[in-house]
Amino acid sequence: MEHKKIDLTINIDTARQILTGFIHSEITRAGFSRAVVNLSGGLDSSLSCYLAVEALGAENVLALCLPYKSSTPEASEHAKMVIEALGVQSLTIPITDMADALINRFPDMNRVRQGNIMARVRMIVLYDQSEAFRGLAVGTGNKTEILLGYTTLYGDAASAINPLGDLYKTQVRQLGKAIGIPQVIIDKPPTADLWLGQTDEGELGFTYDEVDQLLYLLVDQRYRPEDCVEAGFTENFVRTVMERVKRNQFKRIMPLIAKLTNRTVGYDFLYLRDWGT
Amino acid sequence: MKLNLALAQINTHLGDVTTNLEKHLELIQRAQAAGAELIVFPELSLTGYCLQDLVPNVAHHASEDDPVFRPLLEASQQIDMVVGFVDEDHRHRFYIAAAYLSKGKVVHIHHKAYLPTYGLFDEGRFFAWGDEVRAFDTRFGQVGILICEDFWHASPPYLLWLDGADLFLFTSASPGRGLGKQPALESARWVEDINRAYASLFTSFVVHSNRVGFEDGLNFWGGSTIYDPNGELVSKCPYHEETLLVSEIDLNQLHRTRARLPLLRDERTALTRDELDRILGCNQRK
Repeated sequence: MEHKKIDLTINIDTARQILTGFIHSEITRAGFSRAVVNLSGGLDSSLSCYLAVEALGAENVLALCLPYKSSTPEASEHAKMVIEALGVQSLTIPITDMADALINRFPDMNRVRQGNIMARVRMIVLYDQSEAFRGLAVGTGNKTEILLGYTTLYGDAASAINPLGDLYKTQVRQLGKAIGIPQVIIDKPPTADLWLGQTDEGELGFTYDEVDQLLYLLVDQRYRPEDCVEAGFTENFVRTVMERVKRNQFKRIMPLIAKLTNRTVGYDFLYLRDWGT
Repeated sequence: MKLNLALAQINTHLGDVTTNLEKHLELIQRAQAAGAELIVFPELSLTGYCLQDLVPNVAHHASEDDPVFRPLLEASQQIDMVVGFVDEDHRHRFYIAAAYLSKGKVVHIHHKAYLPTYGLFDEGRFFAWGDEVRAFDTRFGQVGILICEDFWHASPPYLLWLDGADLFLFTSASPGRGLGKQPALESARWVEDINRAYASLFTSFVVHSNRVGFEDGLNFWGGSTIYDPNGELVSKCPYHEETLLVSEIDLNQLHRTRARLPLLRDERTALTRDELDRILGCNQRK
């Protein structure tokens, strides 16, 4: 059974107004005026960079290119296209030496460990440059990957603010297209580029187009799994996705603190980050 | 009779009452210079919205002895105003409150009666529930104040209508949510629809002052409105932008609309009471 197409179209002007307003507000009230973005050459980080420039001005955005030896040349070319189109400052810092210093100690290290190390080395460089540039790290994770846990904790998931975190991948694509991201970046298969030939959809086993519609029903519309099956999604697909969402909850919350006192951070010591501003 | 009403669609500093007070006084001055006779600030305009554990630290008492209310009451000699604040009563319960100030006096205080505690909201955890919905006299006629969730329920506006309110002053700090194809967020469209409906159903003026800005990842959408007793839009502030908008309201429209459409005259209040008695009585027996 085929399911009815679920329309995830967003209003571009409204999304843009809220997201640029968010970036500007949350960076300036923290006492900063600048932003740093890790550019992978892919769609998500390109969009974060475009939005940061729209919010803060090109002179206030630093784009980082952090290739590993296995990164594809296209990744660097596409990142360069974004840097040139926006006129932002940029720095290229290859991470091979840093990552390999650890990777080479363990000859049998699997791809997941290696990928995590690359993502976390990039995080270290991002936060170091954020201090050097006096800007905040702007994140690039979208709602689909956050829900699926398709991200490295304290790696690419780390940022000060994340303007894309409530947009599904297909919506990132809509906004990216409207905001003028080069078509070649929009059209290429999404990849974490951690090893040769890796693609998100190949690794996940389903397409973003398909899973975004299911997640929208499960998360936004509060469909029960059986309602999704009734709506035409296969039982196996619904179960696989539900399982992923559940299994990766740990990536979406702060580390657990064991409560001992009457007032504990995270449970009953409750303040927004914008406290006093 | 005409009323020049100012919608003060502002952003606020979270937990910084001093800075927010300065902004209030500045806007009050600007509104007055523009000829406004009444200025309406949004919900919790003196404190910011997501206060959580800051609640006890930002509470004030609406009186002349209070350092925040003293300058506001002074300013109210020239212009009536509605301000949003955290009210601490003498038993140290904290309320989301709105005060109507006029001619140096506190005319009315409304305590928010419906505290949303679901979804992204957690008001019931930090605040006490108000337990009165009352219309009150002003120099512009009978007025009723409600705060955000209060008017997501149909009964408080209805009670105010029966209690004599012809001018409804609604205040919000409404987080924007529900981005779809349309330019207006779902939350904005919902509020606009019901406010227009209240104006039409109660043949009254419905004023809505909503805030803008961000608190962490929450956006507040603004879009403050005034609807007349025909349900027609009198004025509207833009979404998401700080705005001070002064509009003239022709209060004589009440006469004209109700001459044409006597919904208030024909309202069967005794029937409502009898049926409510029956319905609530039934529920008790269950």
